[in-house]
Amino acid sequence: MTSTANLTLAGYPRADGRKGIRNVVVVAYLVECAHHVARLIVNAFPDQQVHLIGFPGCFPNEYADRIMRRVLTHPNVGAALVVSLGCEGFDKNGITAAVADSGRPVHTITIQEAGGTRTGVKGGVEWVNWALEHLAGQTRVPMRLDELVVATICGGSDSTSGITANPAVGVAFDKLIAGGSACIFEETGELVGCEYHMKRRAVTPELGNAIVQTVEKAARYYTIMGHGSFSPGNADGGLTTQEEKSLGAYAKSGASPICGILKPGDLPWGSGLYLLDVVPDGEPRFGFPNISDNAEIVELIACGAHITLFTTGRGSVVGSAISPVLKVCANPDTYARLSEDMDVNAGRILTGEASLEDVGTEIVDLVARVANGERSCSEELGHQEFILTYKQFEPAGPGCFPLKAA
Amino acid sequence: MPSSTPVPASNLLLMSPEDNCLIARVELKAGAPVSIDGEAVALPQDIHLGHKVARRNLQPGDKVLRYGAIIGTATAPIAIGAHIHTHNLESDYLPTYTLGDDSHHFIGSKVQ
Repeated sequence: MTSTANLTLAGYPRADGRKGIRNVVVVAYLVECAHHVARLIVNAFPDQQVHLIGFPGCFPNEYADRIMRRVLTHPNVGAALVVSLGCEGFDKNGITAAVADSGRPVHTITIQEAGGTRTGVKGGVEWVNWALEHLAGQTRVPMRLDELVVATICGGSDSTSGITANPAVGVAFDKLIAGGSACIFEETGELVGCEYHMKRRAVTPELGNAIVQTVEKAARYYTIMGHGSFSPGNADGGLTTQEEKSLGAYAKSGASPICGILKPGDLPWGSGLYLLDVVPDGEPRFGFPNISDNAEIVELIACGAHITLFTTGRGSVVGSAISPVLKVCANPDTYARLSEDMDVNAGRILTGEASLEDVGTEIVDLVARVANGERSCSEELGHQEFILTYKQFEPAGPGCFPLKAA
Repeated sequence: MPSSTPVPASNLLLMSPEDNCLIARVELKAGAPVSIDGEAVALPQDIHLGHKVARRNLQPGDKVLRYGAIIGTATAPIAIGAHIHTHNLESDYLPTYTLGDDSHHFIGSKVQ
């Protein structure tokens, strides 16, 4: 296996000891009513590291509050502007204090107090200008591979995903973990049918049992919803059943031992492979676990992911706010059609032009280059998708983090 | 050697030795001769890239294996070389949703 020892990284140091690979100014609206003002502020900074995120609802939600705190204090974030209408349920004072406590510049625009749309936008633009100037003085410092968190997700899967892109990401994950990184795979609803395979890879029997329970929860939840995590495009691409899709998706996890289960917003506690449990606890209350791929990407970012490896067979084009998305295209025909959106052509495995090992090595090298500032295709094209909705979770049980230092 | 020129066996991928389905590595045309475990078989229909064909004759109730793992249960007889998809394979867990000709519909259902 190719070593990662020759990779050198550099990132922005943060007060909590983590390091960022981007230095983004985030503009976050706390209710849909503040979305337009926040968007106009961001639109004043085209092609700069100013990203728009937000939460649409007026009702408070513990999960949304936790995820918002995690993403606004993510190491890739340098400063945050919070845009409030003024009467919404989101705890704007709490979130602003959390960002300030993290050592980042933060400012809140309350539209009802600012005097409306124009004055709100004006004040926001002035502050973002100041923040960009402030951040321009920050420089990167050496960053170790064990300070890097890499996540993976699949979207627009087809039958080639499980043959090329997903196992190639698995190879990359094994290399990164061997080099000290924390890697996260997810979507327990797309691991239905794989629970006993995963159990055998758990570092303790308790964790193995917790993995099985997590997948059983996902199967139960999706059954009540009456719909698996399976789209018509999956079937067009040759996938027939949820478990067939799951087995292909599972290949993204590679062969490393599974060292813990995270819930959205939990941070990895060291090197190794983690499973993110994305399915809400309790009876279904707010709908489907994650309404589309970006909702999961946001949860991976909330777990500290610096970069997300997105495998696709049908051809997703999404990126993300805050953390770069690298697209690994599974299907050679899709790659030929959508090459401008694809960072890696794993379809070369199917056409016999490359091995899994070749593509896995290519992914690791690209992760290092993007960590050091090279823009991914989705960044280059301006993608900044972000979705945060209502969910509910219980804290992860003790069996979920067997190796966590006391 | 057969007199016809079979498509190389590698145009159908075997993911795991115990599998009873094979995966099309390229677009395959109906009638195209393919080699399945050394036997020359003419494909009864077009098989798109990534889609599955039967490695052997299957009966309703047979489990279909890919990656050495069960991906569902056959719902109809499937001849060697025939397309395996939503018309003859269903999940043991959750029904599969597709866009039909005239309406959205689910295929198969284990959900009570």
